[in-house]
This record gives sequence, C-alpha cells and structure tokens, in this order.
Amino acid sequence: MIKIDNLVKNYGSNCAVDDISFEVKKGEIVGFLGPNGAGKSTTMNILTGYLSMTSGNVEVAGINMLDNPLEAKKHIGYLPEQPPLYADMTVEEYLIFNYELKNCKLNRDKHLEEICEVTKIKDVYKRVIKNLSKGYRQRVGIAQTLIGSPEVIIFDEPTVGLDPKQIIEVRNLIRTLGKEHTVILSTHILQEVQAVCDRIIIINKGKIVADELTENITRAVENNRRFSVKICGPQKEVLAFLKARPGVTYAEVLAGRDGDAYSYMVESEVGVDIRKSLFFALAEKKWALIGLEALGMSLEDIFISVVDKTSPKSRYERRTRSVARKNSAENEIADQLVSEQKGTAAAKPKNNEETATEKLASLFDDSENK
Amino acid sequence: MLAIYKKELRSYFTTAIGYVYVGVFLAASALLACYSTLMQGTYDTSNYFVYLLFSFIILIPLLTMKLFSEEKKLRTEQLLLTAPVSITGMILGKYFAAMTMFVGTLLVSTINFFPLYAYMRAETANVESYIPVGPSTSRIVGCLIGIILIGAAFVAIGLFISSLTENQLAAAVITVSVIVVMLLLNLVNEFISVYAIRAVIDWVCVISRFTNFTYGILDFSAMVYYLSLAAVFILLTNRVYEKRRWG
Repeated sequence: MIKIDNLVKNYGSNCAVDDISFEVKKGEIVGFLGPNGAGKSTTMNILTGYLSMTSGNVEVAGINMLDNPLEAKKHIGYLPEQPPLYADMTVEEYLIFNYELKNCKLNRDKHLEEICEVTKIKDVYKRVIKNLSKGYRQRVGIAQTLIGSPEVIIFDEPTVGLDPKQIIEVRNLIRTLGKEHTVILSTHILQEVQAVCDRIIIINKGKIVADELTENITRAVENNRRFSVKICGPQKEVLAFLKARPGVTYAEVLAGRDGDAYSYMVESEVGVDIRKSLFFALAEKKWALIGLEALGMSLEDIFISVVDKTSPKSRYERRTRSVARKNSAENEIADQLVSEQKGTAAAKPKNNEETATEKLASLFDDSENK
Repeated sequence: MLAIYKKELRSYFTTAIGYVYVGVFLAASALLACYSTLMQGTYDTSNYFVYLLFSFIILIPLLTMKLFSEEKKLRTEQLLLTAPVSITGMILGKYFAAMTMFVGTLLVSTINFFPLYAYMRAETANVESYIPVGPSTSRIVGCLIGIILIGAAFVAIGLFISSLTENQLAAAVITVSVIVVMLLLNLVNEFISVYAIRAVIDWVCVISRFTNFTYGILDFSAMVYYLSLAAVFILLTNRVYEKRRWG
C-alpha cells in the first residue's frame, strides 16, 4: 500500500531523514516510534506530499507521489500533529468543506453521518470548533481524515494532550480503523504502539533502527529472565553466592530491607530456569528464600536501549545507565533488533521484513529448545 | 479550488473582516463621491475614482492580509497542501474569493452615482438643451474597469505578501507600504530632471496609466499591464509554496 525507497530529506546541511526504506501492506497498523526530532514528522509530511524529498521514492497505492501527487493524495487521510481546524467554522461546516476539498463522490449526508458515528462527534456537530475541548477537536481532526474513506490514514501523534480516558478512546478508534484502512501512527508513547500497532518501526536520527512485528517484541519482553528475590542472610555473602550460581548472568542488591532479609535482582541466561535450583541451593545454605517475583521488562526500556545504542553517547548521563545495564536483557533484545535492521538494510530491500521476522523467530525457537 | 473559494468567501463573513471591509469601503466611497462631485458642483467623476484608488491603501490589505498568513499560523495549510488540490488551485481559490469581495463591493458602491443621475434628470426636466448634461456613463464604466484591474493587481500583491509571513499585521503593513509606493511614486517625478528615470518611474507607477481611463479611453496597454502585474504576483506566490515544499 505504501512503499518508501531510500528516502532522504535534507534541510540545508541538516539531514532530517537519512535513507529510509520500508513498505506497509494493506490493513497493517504501523507504529512509527522515535524520540523528539528523530524525523517522524518529516517522514510523514513527505509521505503525505506536504514536503518534497531530497531524493528517494514514495508510492502510495501504487501511485508515485512525485509523478502524480493529486491522485496519490486522494488515497491518504492525514492528521498532522496539530489538527488543522478552522476555529471559526462549525464542525458541520468544517466536515462539508473537507468533503468538497477532497472532491468526495460518496453520498454526502450519509457519509458524514457514518463518520460522526465512528468518531462520536454527533453531539457537537452544530457547534463552533473554537468552543470545543481538546479531545473533541482531536476527534474532529480524525473525522476529517476519514472523509472520502481513503485507503491510507496517517496520524501524527494523535493522543498528545488528551486525558487518559480520551487516549483510550482514540486508541480504540484507531484499532477499529485498522480493520478497514492501512494506518500509520507516529508517537513517542510506547504503550500506545504496543496497544494499537501490528508492527513497530523505531526511527532515530533519521534512520530506521528497528523494524519488527509488535508481537515479536512483546514475546521477547515476555520471555522473562529477571527476578526479584528476597533472601534472609548476610548481604555480601548472598550476593557473591548468587553471582556464582550457574546460569546467572547478573545479580545486584535492590533497595529495601525486611528484617534480616535483603532484596536482590537476578538475571539468568536465556532459556534457563534458575528458580528451582536456587531454592534448593539456598535451603542448603540455611538462607531462607522468603520472596521471589518475576520482574517485568517494559518496551520502554528496550526502546531506550535501542535509541541509546544508535545515538552517539553523551558524556555524562548515559554512562551510568550503560554501566548499570551492561548485562541487562533489554540491551540484548535491543542488540538483536539493531543488528537485524543493519543486516537487512545491507541486504536487498526486498523481503525485508520476512527475513527479519524469520530470523528473530528462529532465534526464539533456539532459545526455547535449549 | 471551488471548495477553497467558498470557504474563503464565507470566512470573510464569519469573522469581522468582511463586514469591516464592506462597511469602510461603502462609507469611504460615499463620502468621496459626495466630496468630489456634489460638493464641487460637477458631474465629473474622474476625481472620485482617483480618490477611491487611494482608499485602497487601507482596504486591499484588509482583504488579503489573512489569506495565507492565518493558515500558516494555525497550521491549516497542511490540510490544504495534503488535500488533492494543486498549489495553483489553492492560490486561485483564495485570489478569486478576495476578488469577489472586491468587485462585489465596488459594484454595490455604484449607487453613489445615482444622485448624479437624479440631479441630471431634475436639471434637464424642464429645459430643452442640446449640450449633453450629466455624468458620462461610458467614462464611469471605463473607470470601473480600470479600477477593477488595478484592484486585481493590488490583491495579487497582497496575496503574495501574505504568503511570505505568518503575521497578519506584518502582511498588512507591508502591503500598505507597497501600495502607497505604487500609487505615489509619480509624485517624485517633479523633483527628477533626468528623463530616463522619470520614464521608468512612470512605467512602474500604477496611477499614471489610470489617467486614460478617466478620459473614457479603454487603454489596452494599461489593461495588459495590470493583468500581467496580477499574474506575476500569483506566479510568485506559487513559487513561494513550491520552494517551501522543496526547501
């Protein structure tokens, strides 16, 4: 549905987008993830024909954006970061204006009513936009993208500035839209992509640093190897003992003390379940194991790792983190993602994601067999 | 293009600008008509049209200042530029909306000539006269055509300036100064003795070409001049947008 080849955009000497290639298939919901200034909005603006690329190629629904921009734009609904609303219009006037602007051929009243139903803006249909709350404005902006029922819908940070309830509503809405449309969504909120998207593309400094199906990343995250344990006994000896256990890759003391018990964080090798053996070994030592809990690993941590890896290290703040996480699991997953991206980028752009997915899948299979 | 045209035209009247423009235009033209004809005791309308040209200094920027700068500020231009409308279509939609306001109000202001015709009827009612008395309709029509063309050029200039800035006030002030210069440039001529420079200034100056219209002559070269001025600035606006896309 969307095909981007070797896209480059320079602003003067500043390179905002640096040789990006990816493809989005029909019906996919793709999350475009990256820190501020990574080039998300620029990529989207080029995709929608608002900006032109320095070099590269953009195709939407098989139509080249440079050769035939008007035809290509017909297939896109775009909600920029700041919804482009005319404050003096009523919602009705605004939607009718968009209907005419997009030269829509569907039955007007019926089409607009359907859109209002989906986006739940019926109650404010006759009101002036400047009097609407932020949440309703956002929804009117979303309604605007749906006019003409375009195949591709692009949202640039659709949930910024909404309250938690509205965020959930908008996410649900996007998921519903994903059933019939191809959706691209940019955000720097990770739960959002996790909740909504089929596929995640992480972009940093104008380059794609990871391109993976959400379920694969989630699976990697769930493949949990990190525990918080609470053990009664002398802190130093216990820590040394934990570090020396076979299968343990990392251990550290966590804050928090419960009588004579201390908390520790333990990380094990991939595919090794250390819990049982740890229990018996501690029993032998007469150190009571009074708590054991799996520690969650969030997409956030992986994201930060990926971004850290692909950014030049800043001298001060990042050093402590990178030392603390030297052995952490996030780093490994991030490594995988980054190296895969590099590998596939080096290979022919065709079959890009298949190979990446297969590789990751086989990686997991291996680890499960161990 | 039609959608943008309709939207712009409507937006003149959902904000105060449209009303202010129409009100000020009609009031100013009525006062000018009164001053230049009735109070001078003459049927000659050429002075009225020249005065009217000077009122454009304030009036045209009112029409054009927000056309692009407001869209840019509110980021709504993103909507227009990602919609299946060409840049030229967008610019022409806005241009014709402003021109509709301009021409429409100008035509309404022709009621200012009714008192003249009424006077003429009263004067000639009981007198058999072979000398034509009253305002010259052909000269009025000629002047109206001239004024519309000058307005077309000024609106295009305002449109272009509006596309350069996000700030409506800046757009208005720059447009005012450009129009002032174009109208008053030939005053400088009295102080310049070099013929070549005077010829150039005369060529640039909008008002020196208008004189023929006040004599009732449809000056074809002047018409071409005004229209090409409008076309050039519309083209420049187009370039501004093209450049921004590629910049």
